[in-house]
Amino acid sequence: MGRFKVLKSLVIDSLDTITKGSKKYHIWMGFLTLVMLIGMYCYSIQLDEGLSVTGMSDRVSWGLYISNFTFLVGVAAAAVMLVMPTYVLKDIDFKQAVLIGEGLAVAALIMCLAFVVADMGGPSVLWHMIPGIGVFNFPNSMLTWDVIVLNGYLFINISIPFYILFRHYQGKEAQKKVYVPGAVLSVFWAVGIHLVTAFLYQGLQARPFWNNALLGPRFLASAFAAGPALIILVLAVIRSFTAFRIEDKTIKKIAMIVTVAAQINLIMLASELFKEFYAPTHHSESAYYLFFGLHGKNALLPWIWTAIPLNILATVILTFGKFRNNLKVLYFCCFILFAAIWIEKGFGLIVPGFIPGPYGKIVEYLPTKIEIGVTIGIWALGAFVFTILAKTAIGIELGELRYKNKNSSDS
Amino acid sequence: MSDNKKWYSLDLGQNKQKEATASCGCGKTEGSCNSQKTELSADEFYEAAINASIGEERHRDGFEQVFDVKMDRRTAFRKLTASLLIGAGAVSTSCSAVIDNKTKEKAQIDWEEQFKGNYKLMTDEEKQGTINRLMRSYELRTGKNISMTAENAEEDVLFGYAFNISKCQGYMNCVSACVEENNQDRNSQMQYIRIHEMKDGQGFKFDNADDNYYHEVPAEGHFYMGTQCFHCDNPPCVEVCPVQATWKEEDGLVVIDYDWCVGCRYCMAACPYDGRRFNWSKPEVPENEINKNQHYLGNRMRKKGVMEKCTFCVQRSRKGKNPACVEACPTGARIFGNLLDPNSTIRWVLANKKVFRLKEDLGTEPKFWYFMD
Repeated sequence: MGRFKVLKSLVIDSLDTITKGSKKYHIWMGFLTLVMLIGMYCYSIQLDEGLSVTGMSDRVSWGLYISNFTFLVGVAAAAVMLVMPTYVLKDIDFKQAVLIGEGLAVAALIMCLAFVVADMGGPSVLWHMIPGIGVFNFPNSMLTWDVIVLNGYLFINISIPFYILFRHYQGKEAQKKVYVPGAVLSVFWAVGIHLVTAFLYQGLQARPFWNNALLGPRFLASAFAAGPALIILVLAVIRSFTAFRIEDKTIKKIAMIVTVAAQINLIMLASELFKEFYAPTHHSESAYYLFFGLHGKNALLPWIWTAIPLNILATVILTFGKFRNNLKVLYFCCFILFAAIWIEKGFGLIVPGFIPGPYGKIVEYLPTKIEIGVTIGIWALGAFVFTILAKTAIGIELGELRYKNKNSSDS
Repeated sequence: MSDNKKWYSLDLGQNKQKEATASCGCGKTEGSCNSQKTELSADEFYEAAINASIGEERHRDGFEQVFDVKMDRRTAFRKLTASLLIGAGAVSTSCSAVIDNKTKEKAQIDWEEQFKGNYKLMTDEEKQGTINRLMRSYELRTGKNISMTAENAEEDVLFGYAFNISKCQGYMNCVSACVEENNQDRNSQMQYIRIHEMKDGQGFKFDNADDNYYHEVPAEGHFYMGTQCFHCDNPPCVEVCPVQATWKEEDGLVVIDYDWCVGCRYCMAACPYDGRRFNWSKPEVPENEINKNQHYLGNRMRKKGVMEKCTFCVQRSRKGKNPACVEACPTGARIFGNLLDPNSTIRWVLANKKVFRLKEDLGTEPKFWYFMD
């Protein structure tokens, strides 16, 4: 019973924390709410009229939603890059960052699930996928694997920080033997979620652009660059807006991870480009379409030729320790790297898979306003969830939220 | 509707509709020309009543019905009253203890349909149950009857298809017959079959082929080749479905349970032959063009947000008939039959012609062969 009492008090306290804040905080949350409402309105139109309100068609049957889903799985997986050193290798530098990283993973996973649901033609019959009640085509369909790993990862990433914060809330130390096994598991699990998501595409013999062995590893490399890059940016914001102490040392160590991952990603990009363009076959047509356009159709050219230079620029700058250790330069690099990988692993990966079609037909894809509205709404949802989680976590870590405190003040 | 639609350019439904209206020159908007109203049967009366009340609007969608109607004040008032009455009716049925039997039945059917299981796993009684509900629901909604069956695959039957490239002239009668037979969405001009027009002397260059032509055929210097779902023996689309809403039947047909599909479109990405179609919006078929001989796995009405595809016309082939495309082909380019019957035409073609299949390197084992004379 005692635990429930603490839990109840924690919920009340955190509700109290997230509804109070500076003017800037309220404007931020109000803004996110507005964007979410716009997204919901767009989604209601989509529910009403069907997916025909999106830019997708029988020829390009996945678009912006699945692109964002794919990218965000990577962001979620990246939390592991902070978990591993902190919990397993006992590197205390990361301890501050890890709660933020896991909060980010939770927000990213919620966005992933929202994107998948937004992409469904029949969200009202999604219960068909629940094992036991419905029919779960496991292990044949990679999508069922993805459902398992994503929900499992979500569970791990909610339970570990929750346990730690719950202990800290009561002023106790979290017990290592309780959470370290979970942390170790989450390390493997994170690799799993991204690899499984890559296999979703990689296993389709119908789409030569995806059906290559490098897709999975490249997913991992790009995720471990983009994810921590986002964490650095978020930490920078938290550092300047809250009293939460984050050492320069921590940020610089994460920057190291970003750099190495971005370098590996570039090597793999080079390998991919070599394979597609040195001896081009019929199967290279999607890559041709992506990078140079095909038969005068070139909707993706501006995107990919923004992404590649940004990617190279960021990686080159980050490679030099002198630039990397300058925080302003670092933030800039992280931002452009994040944007570059969002384009490359989202739009640049999903859309060319469908172009040209199975019989060489080229039909281009452009998202509609409604589709963009839903997408931005889901991003706002992610930001909203993350802000709530981070604010509570920071409150507990700073000692502002304490179970005992409240009791003593009450009595 | 524009005249540019492929299947209307081929002497189809619209023309029939025109004939029907043209045959009546009296200019009356209600009843029949001879005004033999006393002799109307109950069904006809119902039909006439609907015509009189909503008439044209039946073919329009909701937005047009509401906003795109010219009406004077009196009609507007009448319609407002009518909708008020309907609204009041809805409220009273939902609140009252003595509910109208039909409404009750409809709600019961909707409930059972929403929570029924996967057709693949149903027993024969359950299958019969769901098709009875679907037929009754159609009757309740439109006042018309359809016939829906749930025949299972027969023993010792494996359906296969052969396409004679030398014979096809690109007339696309198969396309229009398919659209009519299978109740495909008219708004998005969904077609299961694609006819690719290729240039002579270039071989099978699909990427240079035109699968959306609107000119006179056969065009000089071209040959034609049709593609549709190949009903692979090792279908990648079936493997990837997360809910087993699509599967291969005993007689080799790859089918979809439209009510079980969640609309993720993974199968669409997995199909190397462009064989699958998605209902991006609510499929619309004018009431008088609906093919009422339906099969649960075949041409029954679909809803928005689900996959569909060629089923080799399961509603016909399981009754021993040829699919609509085979029957409609004027050149005899299409051959359909039982691969397990040594005396079937398709077996003769496989034994005596140099046949090939598309993208054999993918290991999908299509049951759709091409050959030339």
